[in-house]
Amino acid sequence: MTTEAIPGSSSAIRVIDQPAPVPRPGKWQKAAVVEIRAETSTAKTFRLRLGGAPDYLPGQHFILRLTAPDGYTASRSYSVASAPDGSNDIELTVERLAGGEVSTFLHDEVVPGDELEVRGPIGGWFVWRGDTPALLVGGGSGLVPLMAMLRLARRTGRSDLVHLVVSVRGPDDLYYAAELSGPQTDVLYTRHVPEGWTRPPSRLRVEDLPSSMAPTTTAYVCGSSSFSDAATDAILGAGVPEDRIRVERFGPTG
Amino acid sequence: MNFTRGFRSRGPRDPRLPPGQYDVGSDWPVLTAETTPLVPTENWTFSVQGLVEQPSMWSWDEIKALPDSTYSGDIHCVTTWSKLGIAFRGVSVDILLSAARPLASASHVLATSHTGYTTNLPLSDVTGGRAWVVWEYEGQPLEREHGGPARLLVPHLYFWKSAKWVSGLQVLDHDEPGFWERNGYDDRGDPWLEQRYQGD
Repeated sequence: MTTEAIPGSSSAIRVIDQPAPVPRPGKWQKAAVVEIRAETSTAKTFRLRLGGAPDYLPGQHFILRLTAPDGYTASRSYSVASAPDGSNDIELTVERLAGGEVSTFLHDEVVPGDELEVRGPIGGWFVWRGDTPALLVGGGSGLVPLMAMLRLARRTGRSDLVHLVVSVRGPDDLYYAAELSGPQTDVLYTRHVPEGWTRPPSRLRVEDLPSSMAPTTTAYVCGSSSFSDAATDAILGAGVPEDRIRVERFGPTG
Repeated sequence: MNFTRGFRSRGPRDPRLPPGQYDVGSDWPVLTAETTPLVPTENWTFSVQGLVEQPSMWSWDEIKALPDSTYSGDIHCVTTWSKLGIAFRGVSVDILLSAARPLASASHVLATSHTGYTTNLPLSDVTGGRAWVVWEYEGQPLEREHGGPARLLVPHLYFWKSAKWVSGLQVLDHDEPGFWERNGYDDRGDPWLEQRYQGD
């Protein structure tokens, strides 16, 4: 996936909190590819082993850099899909975009044992620290940073804090399908539904969100710009105030 | 140098691209941290306040009546995309500051947005014909999702400095980190020096 990292020249920050410190990017470091898994026909997860245990929060991202023998480099930023677990590994999920210089290389050329370079973690706004109620709403590959949050909640025994709603076109487009069952998760299909599915295909509506949420819930929205706008409207409709909604939009990055 | 097995450059690199950037082509990714606000032009204002001799405010009609100018060139987002060879139209920040007349002690500005967003800039980066308040992109009104009705444009710095839905400049005698700068991004943000994060 390609969440584009954070700063869009600006943002609608109604209440500017002084943010608590977050893990900061260090220098470029080597990252050995230890495993590659297909998530869908167009998305793969790359498990990368760093030189030490990375300190990061769910929602942060890393920049991945490719270097050619002539010194040419190409970099893209990718949200971390894994939750910190004390190991030296991070997982990045990358959607293959036709013509995308970095994503096609990662999909078509990279094999376990290869060495890449990464820098991170980056981002201090779209992060979840694991100790507050969170509504996670993702569209398509926008699921990736939210998955890191869900995985952290499960790992630390705090699944009660999170509820994840993911919207995809059809079952073939769903990342991490094996982990998206249970009471903390809802999957919505906008075009094709699995056999026997009762909800007709539809975009996210306010009825798709939990009917009651803790007043301290923060909503995290990640997806395309149009998805993010629609999701934000639904979340406002569900009673979450605007200053408790954090949005990470992404556009195409190759 | 560590190079990546199998990776080759795709021919000569466009000299307009700063290090670590790529050409996004016709796309224009939208990156904002929260909801997209609706700022009607009837309510829109732009002010220059703080360390100035004449605190000033313009309505939509007033700012559009000022002499306009065009920026043609490139923009660079810290998330590694650049858009090359594009044009914005608006008013030079020089014109707005010359009305307000910054005091001799002025050294920085904090740009503010109608949403509460802030970003900090040295005064020298918004003067000398290098910064604008723009309302047109490629001959069309600036779209709301890109900061319309008007945004700041400081194209020689990473694009988070070009505050969307801009509401004014607070003139200061010191540097005061804005929203992303407090969240780990660089205070200056020169793409040619790759000043992406605090400490770069």
